Amino acid sequence: MKKIDARGLSCPEPVLLLRRALVKGEDEYVIIVDNGAAKENCLRYGQYQGYRVEIAAEGEAFELRLFKKEADT
Amino acid sequence: MMKKTELSSFSACAGCAAKMGAAALGEILVGLQKQKDPRLLVGFDHSDDAAAYELCGEEVLVATTDFFPPPVADPYLYGQIAAANALSDIYAMGGEPRLALNILAVPESLSKETVRAIVAGGAERVRAAGALLAGGHTVFSDTPLYGLAVWGCVKKDSLWTNGGARPGDALILTKALGSGIITVAAQGELVAADVLKKVYGRMARLNKTARDVLQDHGVHACTDITGFGLLGHTLELARAGGCSVLLDASALPYQAEALDFARMGFIPAGAYRNRDFAASHVEAATIDRALADICYDPQTGGGLCCALPEKEAEACLHELHLHPETAEAALIGRVVERREKYIYLK
Repeated sequence: MKKIDARGLSCPEPVLLLRRALVKGEDEYVIIVDNGAAKENCLRYGQYQGYRVEIAAEGEAFELRLFKKEADT
Repeated sequence: MMKKTELSSFSACAGCAAKMGAAALGEILVGLQKQKDPRLLVGFDHSDDAAAYELCGEEVLVATTDFFPPPVADPYLYGQIAAANALSDIYAMGGEPRLALNILAVPESLSKETVRAIVAGGAERVRAAGALLAGGHTVFSDTPLYGLAVWGCVKKDSLWTNGGARPGDALILTKALGSGIITVAAQGELVAADVLKKVYGRMARLNKTARDVLQDHGVHACTDITGFGLLGHTLELARAGGCSVLLDASALPYQAEALDFARMGFIPAGAYRNRDFAASHVEAATIDRALADICYDPQTGGGLCCALPEKEAEACLHELHLHPETAEAALIGRVVERREKYIYLK
């Protein structure tokens, strides 16, 4: 599992970090962001790349967990 | 791909996407005393594009200011885009820009060549508008900001405001949407050069031709689509006119690539602010999420959106399509009696 800390970054930086990481094609990723736009944008990017995305609020931040859909079945 | 320049590092929250949200702005203006004067035809309480002040002999002075951080890395293009955006507020009131002043804030580290290019780009657009650039004010700031204060003129009976839309009117939009999303995607170097050229050209294009054509078609209300996005500005138009608006999703002009970039999450933070502000007044349940994102996307140098009698719409559109500057204009909806929501997007 690859973990990305994108706190303190505004768009499009978090989604660009996620994009760079997803190139490796791992089954599971975690990205932490601290603003609503970054949360929405990373959710969209994960879904666009075929991942299932779970979001948990962590105080001021959001933790997005991305699971490759094939890995579930 | 975008060429890296001194301005590249400043374009994270830029153009009209840097505009403060309508909700926050509303909170700030609460309690600010409105001055009443019979000559002040349009003041800040109207959420309109520019202020309008009646001079003698039916002549109305239209005044506006607009500035923002660089949405693009090229300093000359930045100047053009910022100036076109400021001038647009005058066109949105049906006016003719006459006089402009520069508003400029630059980091001390920025080279003189870069600053000169910004101002030269702005001056070129002011000249293209047939107006005079007569001065300005420059300060040091950590974030570059550029724009104009502009004064224009219009005859009182030709003044357009965002109020005045009536049931039975058609809505016409004169430029394609999607510039905010494309600008964000460009920072990830995801946008093809020919697409960027087209989008940047659209952002820097004056709304002069659009205004010229619309003037002959009995416009009831007009605004330009900028920081609050199509739905934010249409909401203001519907609210000011006391009516509702039906928008035809299939008729909306937008840069095709923006749809895919929206799905990928290259959406400016301002689009989410616009959605938070307007969504409770909008019925768009059946709309694809990415298309809705485009409708909330903050536009820099967007087109004019006007309400005009339905019988004029076809001829007006035909005339707009004769000019390359307004060839992508579209009939995007119609105005109806006030319903539960202000906007229905289907």
